[in-house]
Amino acid sequence: MPDTALDALRSSGRIVVVGASLAGLRAAETLREKGFKGSLTMIGDEPYEPYDRPPLSKQVLLGKASAAGTALPRRRAIDAQWRLGVPASGLDMAGRRVKLADGDEVPYDRLLIATGVRARPWPNEAEAELDGVFVLRTRDDGAALARRMDAGPRRVLVIGAGFTGSEIASACRERGLEVTVAERADAPLVGALGGVIGAVAAELQRENGVDLRTGIMVTGLEGDSTGRVRAAHFSDGTTLECEVVVVSLGAQRNTEWLLGSGLGAGPRGIACDAGCRAFDITGIVTDDIYVAGDVARSPHPLFGYQFLSLEHWGNAVAQAETAAHNMLSESTDRRPHIWTPAFWSTQFGVNIKSVGVPSMGTEIMITQGSTAERRFTGVYGYQGRIIGAVTFDNARWLEFYRHQIESTAPFPPPYPTVDRRAEGSRPVPADFPDPSVPTHGPTVTLSGYSPADRRLTFTPAR
Amino acid sequence: MKQGILTDILDHSHRADPYPLYAELRKTPVYHDGEGPYVVSTYHEIMALLHDPRLSSDQRNRTAGAADPLAEEDTGDSATLPPGFLKLDPPEHDRLRRITNRPFGPPHSPHRIESMRGDLDETVKNLIDDIAAGTSGNGEGTERIDLVDQFSYPFPVTMICRLLGVPREDEARFHVWADTLAASLDPDPTADQAERAKVTQDARMELGMYLAGLIEDRRKNPRDDMLSHLAAATGEESMSTMELLSTAALLLIAGHETTVNLITNGMLTLLRHPDVLQRLRSEPGLAVPLVEELLRYEPPVQLLPQRTPLVDIEIRGVTVPKGAAMWLVLAAGNRDPQRFENPDRFDPDRKDIQHLGLGSGIHSCFGAPLARLEAQKALSELARRLENPRLLEDPPPYRQNAVLRGPRHLMIACDGIRP
Amino acid sequence: MLRLVVDLNRCQGYAQCAFLAPDVFAMHGDEGLLYDPQAEAAQRERVAQAAAACPVQAILVEELEASDA
Repeated sequence: MPDTALDALRSSGRIVVVGASLAGLRAAETLREKGFKGSLTMIGDEPYEPYDRPPLSKQVLLGKASAAGTALPRRRAIDAQWRLGVPASGLDMAGRRVKLADGDEVPYDRLLIATGVRARPWPNEAEAELDGVFVLRTRDDGAALARRMDAGPRRVLVIGAGFTGSEIASACRERGLEVTVAERADAPLVGALGGVIGAVAAELQRENGVDLRTGIMVTGLEGDSTGRVRAAHFSDGTTLECEVVVVSLGAQRNTEWLLGSGLGAGPRGIACDAGCRAFDITGIVTDDIYVAGDVARSPHPLFGYQFLSLEHWGNAVAQAETAAHNMLSESTDRRPHIWTPAFWSTQFGVNIKSVGVPSMGTEIMITQGSTAERRFTGVYGYQGRIIGAVTFDNARWLEFYRHQIESTAPFPPPYPTVDRRAEGSRPVPADFPDPSVPTHGPTVTLSGYSPADRRLTFTPAR
Repeated sequence: MKQGILTDILDHSHRADPYPLYAELRKTPVYHDGEGPYVVSTYHEIMALLHDPRLSSDQRNRTAGAADPLAEEDTGDSATLPPGFLKLDPPEHDRLRRITNRPFGPPHSPHRIESMRGDLDETVKNLIDDIAAGTSGNGEGTERIDLVDQFSYPFPVTMICRLLGVPREDEARFHVWADTLAASLDPDPTADQAERAKVTQDARMELGMYLAGLIEDRRKNPRDDMLSHLAAATGEESMSTMELLSTAALLLIAGHETTVNLITNGMLTLLRHPDVLQRLRSEPGLAVPLVEELLRYEPPVQLLPQRTPLVDIEIRGVTVPKGAAMWLVLAAGNRDPQRFENPDRFDPDRKDIQHLGLGSGIHSCFGAPLARLEAQKALSELARRLENPRLLEDPPPYRQNAVLRGPRHLMIACDGIRP
Repeated sequence: MLRLVVDLNRCQGYAQCAFLAPDVFAMHGDEGLLYDPQAEAAQRERVAQAAAACPVQAILVEELEASDA
């Protein structure tokens, strides 16, 4: 029997999307694509229509694109009411209303939360206020930082050597600016890729003229009498003069507006099921609230059903599509979000790509190429299976390893490959600072060639 | 019965339409008749194998005697040229391809192809003007045009010569060698194999000597062409003289023997689909998606015969043993109904078009951007300028080659040629 | 004016876009791609060639009405 409530939703329902960035936009397009004819409201805290963030730390800083010119192309018209420049400030779950900071309320039949993350600010507020201290997350951040870089500062200090920090350092060097990178860990990128790859990234930075300082913390920023940043103090007692400081300490999830709403939202994101439906604080799944993108935490079958939050571009797109599909579907037509994590970065002229969850790996094996040449494939192992892979300028092989991860293939890989070198003869410890350990062994594999025919295959524990 | 399907595919009598045979082949995605090569014909399997690091493109990883009717004779002659990067694995492949790319494309030469656009236009214009003026062909004017000899062959040859810096007037010489080498990709059971190997070897040597002379000259008198730049390169990002000769030979032959088929197959397909031809006349931009569909529908390289697994690998339940010969039949994968809706329909509006026509993975076609532009320009201009073109012979006579498949002649007539 | 985005998870660095529309797409090293997400209308034909030629079909282009060009 057809679900009449669902039919009503499709033809005249009210869907509200909070978060007008990549995930929100792609979800809205998918809703229309799937025949949603009702009203669609897009709420965004920034005054801009959806734009793409990855170029901000690359093309924009290099002066090859403008921050204002990053608006995302549309897949189709979405015929939405836009409420831009007004953040959502609260949620009334029982009354099915989103409260806006300007006092307005927007009623919904279905809600998609895609509020994403924001840059973690410098913890000392007064220092963060100094002129010349930046974070990089938004279009405005990108425009401001690019403008300051155009002015040719004598030295830039980047605090934090994750992907964004490393990309900023790369842009500085490419523009001929002196740059210091301060990282608390022993090498760049260690949190995502481990110490073996971190060492390669460190060499890459130093070879390109970055003053990379690891195992160190910035203890304070100092301004001059006009309120401009002039120096930074380090935990080893040294001081560095710098005109620009970019704080690149990761992200915070935008969930504060949900405090007290009864939704299961907190600093780690909003928990949802594999079908993107949000949990309330009692752990019961809601029927009308969905989550997608960086703010979501969802259980991934390939990784022991751990709740993964993925700040990945591709995850935002895939999860938005799944959430939109499920919103309009009968329960038996719903699809799980079983996207295999993947990301990329380009820095110092090297293309870095990854699939799976390298940070779960305990060991790594360089199966192809050479780390010394910066052209290689590294495979991560966890409990005897392949759990992640990384390539430096070796992207055309990555699909193979994605398939290996999805079919829980054994680690170390028992087969020879082209371009195997001496360093790839055996696995070595992946050297993550704090490996997060899932509690279950592999129980499922993914199969199917397209999202529509993706299947989970349960396999007995080994 | 499956027995003999490979023989049928290689048999010249099936050259005009091998697609029913490919459909038959796809019923056994990994076909092996007990002795010959392992033949993979389904899209997803081919795509996966093109990205599978357990597969080698280096014949030296083949088990001696791995049966393959497409195998080239290795005479073990040390005077022969080393294999081109097409037949090498990383890191050698990557190194040679990267060096070759430096004077060809981005990041080092981002505007090389862009700068050839004017030349492409000019060359196409001149060739069609010659047809109109009756200065090419057999003096029968527009009553009887051999599109291969008068257009599809001379066009890409002119372009590859200009790109590499090979004098166009030497074409008569290297044409013979290139033909011989392209034919060596194809089995001819009736020929004396030893004789054939020797002829191939001689052609390779002669082409090598010719190119060596040319490179020597470019070292002394460099110009802005690829051979000059490759010859002038020094240090880590340069090739040995032997590597350079192999690479130059590879580019010259590949630039010679493939695009001619893409253009000829394209015009043949358009003449068989007059509605599309008519559309192309009024919307030249259609040439862009049309060429992609053409690369799916009639790929100029029908199959890749040089893969070999480094270890036993399982594909769709079939174990392909280490060292075995494998063929990846791109043209069959391109018509796989598991991947493409209505695969046998030529549809330039097809949205989902990730074809295998130029390969994929590290060995994907080096000259792809040039081939695309040449085919787009050629087809849109032929559509625009030929008045009421029609086929005089359908199917046309095909070349012997089953791998680089295409018509030997394409006889057409038209009512006139627009300016 | 054109808006574009490339799905760089799909991108494998075949560089077809950078050959065919070199003023919009550029290779950064051997494999990385940097592009201008906003291109002039004059680039329309070349961007269309680039998007069609992408072997992994990773390029999404939207053409905006001439009014804001």
